[in-house]
Amino acid sequence: MEKETGTETVKRGLAQMLKGGVIMDVVTPEHAIIAEDAGACAVMALERVPADIRAHGGVARMSDPELILQIIDAVTIPVMAKCRIGHFVEAQVLEALGVDFLDESEVLTPADEEHHIDKQAFKIPFVCGCRNLGEALRRIGEGAAMIRTKGEAGTGNVVEAVRHARAVMGEIRRLQHMAPEEWMAAAKEMGTPYELVVETAQLGRLPVVNFAAGGIATPADAAMMMQLGLDGVFVGSGIFKSSDPPRRAKAIVEAVTHYNDPGIIAEISKGLGEAMPGLEISEIPEAELLAQRGW
Amino acid sequence: MSRIGVLALQGAFIEHIKVLRSLDAEAVEVRLPRELEGLEGLIIPGGESTTAGKLAVTYGLIEPIKKLADAGKAVWGTCAGLILLAKHIEEGEQPVIGVMDLAVQRNAFGRQVDSFEADIPVPALDAVSAPSEKGCLFHGVFIRAPLIVSVGAGVEVLSRFADGGIVAARQGSLLATAFHPELTDDARFHRYFLKMVAESEGTSEAV
Repeated sequence: MEKETGTETVKRGLAQMLKGGVIMDVVTPEHAIIAEDAGACAVMALERVPADIRAHGGVARMSDPELILQIIDAVTIPVMAKCRIGHFVEAQVLEALGVDFLDESEVLTPADEEHHIDKQAFKIPFVCGCRNLGEALRRIGEGAAMIRTKGEAGTGNVVEAVRHARAVMGEIRRLQHMAPEEWMAAAKEMGTPYELVVETAQLGRLPVVNFAAGGIATPADAAMMMQLGLDGVFVGSGIFKSSDPPRRAKAIVEAVTHYNDPGIIAEISKGLGEAMPGLEISEIPEAELLAQRGW
Repeated sequence: MSRIGVLALQGAFIEHIKVLRSLDAEAVEVRLPRELEGLEGLIIPGGESTTAGKLAVTYGLIEPIKKLADAGKAVWGTCAGLILLAKHIEEGEQPVIGVMDLAVQRNAFGRQVDSFEADIPVPALDAVSAPSEKGCLFHGVFIRAPLIVSVGAGVEVLSRFADGGIVAARQGSLLATAFHPELTDDARFHRYFLKMVAESEGTSEAV
C-alpha cells in the first residue's frame, strides 16, 4: 500500500479540518495550554504578538526554534508558525521542526519585496494573507493551501479585516455574474492565473479555506466575520492583550460556532472584562501599516 | 426521507452535508441539543476533537448523543468524530461520548508532514457498490489521523492496513473511520451509512 504525503489534498484538507474554529497567537507554552483548554482549533507559536511587534519596532523574524518546540510539546492541537514573506529558509527550518502549518506573514518584516515563497516545494501547508481576490489567487497559484484576510494585525480594530473580507467576497460575486469570455480580462486585470479565476467563478468561493484575521478582539467581531462568509478566525493580540484571556478565548470560540445566534453571543459576551486597547487606523503612520507588505 | 444531522460545532461539516444532499438525503447542521430531535442518524465530522469535545460538553450535547446511540440510531464518526465515539483513548485523554468499544491513538501517524493518502480495502462497501465499483479500493485521506489500536468483541473491523492497523470499524449502528470519505468524490461510505440508517429505522427506539 503506497502512502502519498504532502499532496494538495492533505494540505488543503488540514485547512478544511480547521474550519469553524479559532486559531490563537501564543507566545509561551502556558498560553498554548490556555488556548487549547478554551477550544482553539490550532495555535500560532510566536515570540511576540503583533501588538508587541508593532510597539517594539525593528526587524521581526521567525521565532526561536526552542520556543516553537516547547509549544509543540505542550499541546495536541496543530501548531502553526510564521516565516517572513519570501524567506524560504525560515520556512524550511520551521518544516524541519515539525510545525503543522506555515504562515508566510506580513506581520514579520519581509525578506523579499519581489517574490513570495514557492509553496509547492513544501510538504506542509501554507496560509497567506490577502487584501483582495487578486492577491488571494496569486498566493493560491504559488501553492497556498489556505488564505486569510490580512486586516491590520495588532490594532484590535476590525475595520481592515472587514474591508479585506468584503473586497474578496464582492470580487467573487462579480466573477459569478460574468460571462465566461470576461474571465480572461478579469484575470489580466487582477494579475492572477486564469484557471483559478475560472475555478473561483464556478465554485462561488475561493478554492481553499479562507479565514479572517487582523484586528478581531471580541466575540461579536468574530461572529461578524463568520456572517460575512469566512470559514473561521485568527485572533492574534486580541486574547492575550485582554484583561481575562481564558474567558475571552472561550467566548470567541463559542461565538464562531454559534455565529448566527445573537442570543448566545449576547450571553457569552457578558462580563468579559476589558478588550485589548484598540488603535485608530488613520493614526498609524503609513510606513507602519502591515497589510501593505507583500502583493 | 431520513433526516440526518451533522454535528456542526467545528470542522469539516459542510463537506458531509454536500455528499448527503447529493445522495438525496435530508441533512441538517446540529449545534444545540434541540437540533438532535427527530434525527434518524448523526455524523460527527473531522476537525479538532478537543474543540468539538469541549463545545459539546458546554452546550449539553454529550448525553443526548449517547441517548441517540443507545437507542440504536445510526451514528458515524470520521477522524476527530471517531475519537469522540471511542470508549478508550490512549495517553491520558478522557473519552467524551464513549459509546464504541474501541481503543484509539490520537495523531497516530505523526504530525501534518506525515499526513497521507492511500488506497485501502473495504470489502463491506461491496454491499452498496455499483457493479463497476465492486472490489474497488477506497481512497483514504488521512490528516493527522487517529488509529484504532484494538476493538472489543462486538466490533466488526471494516478496514485495516497490511501491518494490521485498523482504520474503519462498525459496532451495530455505530460506524467509525480514521480517514475522510467526505474529502473524496467516492460516495460509497455515505451510501453505506445511509443503508445503516435505513436498517436502524426498523429497529431503533424513538428518542
